[in-house]
Amino acid sequence: MTARQVARFEIETGTAAVPASVNIRCTGAWTVQGIAPVEQPLTAVAQTDAVDCVIDASAISALDTAGAWLLHRTVRTLEQRGARTVRIIGLRPEFNTLLQLITAHAATAEPAVLPKVSLLAGIGAQTWYSLIHLTGMLAFIGESAIVFLRSLLHPRRIRWLPILHNLQTAGFEALPITGLLSFLMGVVIAYQGADQLQQFGANIFVVDLVGLAMLRELSPLLTAIIVAGRSGSAWAAQIGTMKIGEEIDALRTIGVGPQELLVQPKILALIIALPLLTVFADITGVIGGMVMASNMLDISFQLFIDRLEVAVSLSSFLTGVSKAPVFAVIIALVGCFQGFQASGSADSVGRQTTVSVVHSIFLVIVADALFSIVFNWLEL
Amino acid sequence: MNSPSTPDRDVLVDIRDVHFARAGRPVLQGMRLSVARGRITVILGGSGCGKTTLLNLIGGRLRPDRGEILVDGQSVPSLGTRALYELRKRMALLFQSGALFTDLTVFENVAFPIREHTRLPESLLRKVVLMKLETVGLRGARDLMPAELSGGMARRVALARAIALDPMMVMYDEPFTGLDPISMGVIAQLIRNLNRALGITSVVVTHDVAEAMTIADHVYLIGDGRVIAEGGPQAMQASSEEHVRQFLDGLPDGPVRFHYPAADYVDDLRHPGSRA
Repeated sequence: MTARQVARFEIETGTAAVPASVNIRCTGAWTVQGIAPVEQPLTAVAQTDAVDCVIDASAISALDTAGAWLLHRTVRTLEQRGARTVRIIGLRPEFNTLLQLITAHAATAEPAVLPKVSLLAGIGAQTWYSLIHLTGMLAFIGESAIVFLRSLLHPRRIRWLPILHNLQTAGFEALPITGLLSFLMGVVIAYQGADQLQQFGANIFVVDLVGLAMLRELSPLLTAIIVAGRSGSAWAAQIGTMKIGEEIDALRTIGVGPQELLVQPKILALIIALPLLTVFADITGVIGGMVMASNMLDISFQLFIDRLEVAVSLSSFLTGVSKAPVFAVIIALVGCFQGFQASGSADSVGRQTTVSVVHSIFLVIVADALFSIVFNWLEL
Repeated sequence: MNSPSTPDRDVLVDIRDVHFARAGRPVLQGMRLSVARGRITVILGGSGCGKTTLLNLIGGRLRPDRGEILVDGQSVPSLGTRALYELRKRMALLFQSGALFTDLTVFENVAFPIREHTRLPESLLRKVVLMKLETVGLRGARDLMPAELSGGMARRVALARAIALDPMMVMYDEPFTGLDPISMGVIAQLIRNLNRALGITSVVVTHDVAEAMTIADHVYLIGDGRVIAEGGPQAMQASSEEHVRQFLDGLPDGPVRFHYPAADYVDDLRHPGSRA
C-alpha cells in the first residue's frame, strides 16, 4: 500500500428537510495510515438525525483494525442518535470477518470515573518521596563514614591506585579550565571595580577588591562548581552505568564493597585535589586582576603585589581554602549517591547525572552561605 | 508440593518456607527447596516468577520477610557484613548480562577477584587467570575489552571470573537467554564440566526447558512464589500435572493465564489518560 492511498466517503441524503435516509459510500483504503482525513468529517456525519442509514462499503480497497473500528464507531454513534436501521452493505467477506472481530472486542461499557488525586494527597506523596530520598542520602553518608573510619583503623585497606587516578582526572586535568575561568573572573572583578574606584581616586583599592573577593569567596566557589560539573557528574554517570550493567552487583558478589572501591577513593582524592585547585584559582584570579589593574589603572605588578600583602591577611586566604575540603566531600558524596540511585535503564543514568550536578551546586552554595555566617560569628 | 524434600545427599542450600514481598506484591510465598551438594539443580519458572529474587536471597543481597535460608549450614539473613562477604566469595553468581567490568580487559576481569582476595605474585596470578580462561576456551581473547565480545563470549568470561576463586557453588541466572544454539550448547557443556570435574555445586535458574533438561540432576518448577513440582528431569518430562505440562510444552494458556491481570479492556481504550 502506498502512502497516498487514503480513505474517502461520499454522502447521499434524502430530499426532505430532515433527511430520512443517509447513504454513506466509502471508498479507498481504510487503514491506519488512511483514515485520518475522514475521522473528523465522519463524526460530524454521524450526528445526523436520519432514520435509515446505509453504509456502502463495497468500494473499500483495504481495511485494517483501525479502519474497522472507525466503521464500528460510526455505526454505534448512528444507533445511539436514534437511527432505526443501520446497515453496512457490500463489505468483502474477509473485511466482514475483521469487522465482526472488532465488534466483538469493542464491547459497550459505561465510561469509568478516573480516580482523582486530591491536592493534599499529591503533596503528601511528594513529601513522602522526598523523605525517603533524604533518608537514603543520610544512610549513604553514614555508610561512607563507617568505611572511612574502618580504613583509618586499617590504613592498608585504603586503595591508593584509584585515589591517584582520581587525583589526576578530577584534579590535575581540571587545572587549565579552572585557571582560565578564575583568571577571567579576576579580570571581570578588576574591570567592574576600576570604574567605580577611579571616580574616587581610590585606584589602589582594586587590589583589596580582587584579593579579598577572589581568595575569600569566588575561587573556592568557582572551583567547586567547575569540579561538580566536571567530576561529580562523571562519577554519577560512571557509577550509574555500572549499576545498570549489574557491575555493582557483581562487585558485591565477588565480595568487594562498592563503597570501598568506588566511593571512598573519590572522596579522599577530591579532599586533596579541591584545596589545591582552589589555591591555583586564587593565583590565576589575582593575576587576572593584576593584568587588568595595570592596563586600566596604571598599577604596576610590583605595586599590586606590595599592596596585596597589606590588603589580604593570611586568615582571608585560609578561610577560602578551608571551605574546599567541605565542598569536596559534598560534591563526591552527591555525585556517587546519585549514581547509585540509577536503576532500570540507561535513561535514568542521564537523569541522575543531571540531578547530581544540580544538587551538588545547590548544596555547595548553601554550605558557602553557612560558612559566611560562621566566619562572621567568629569574626574571621 | 509442600513437603520439604529429603535428599539422600548432603544439602548445601536449604530454603525453608521463605516469604518475600516487594513493594507490597508477594514474590515468594512459602518457598521450600534444597540444593544437593555437588549436583546441578535447575530452577525453572516463567519470567517474573521470582527466580532471580531467589538467587538474591541465597546470595544475601535481599532479606526474606519470613523463613530460613541456610547455605552450608549458615543462616544467610542473620550473617554480619564480613561473614556474608566471606560466604559470597565461596558462592559465585553468573549474571544474566555477564556484568563484566567494562573498563577492564578480559584478563583483568578474571584477575579482579583474585587480586582483591589474595596476594598472589603476578607470575602465579597470570597462570591462574590463563588457566581459568583456558577452561572456558577464551585464553586467546585475554586482551580484548568486554565491548568487543559477543554475548556468548561475555558470558563465558563472566563464568571464568565467577570460578576464579574456586567457589563451592556457582549460581547461574538465566545462562541461556539470548544466545545462539551453539553458544547455548557451549555454556551447557561448561556448566556440566565444571560440575563434574571440579565438583562445583550448580544452581541454574532458567526458563529454557530443553537446555535445562539436558544438564539437570534435579529440577524444581516454581510459580506463584512456590514450588509447583520437582523431580529428576525424566520424572518431570513424564509428569502429567497441568502446570508442568503447560511449562514444558510451552502452551500459551493454561493454569498460567495468557492475560496479565488488567483493568477492563474497553475502559483502557476509552481513557488514554489513565496510562499510569
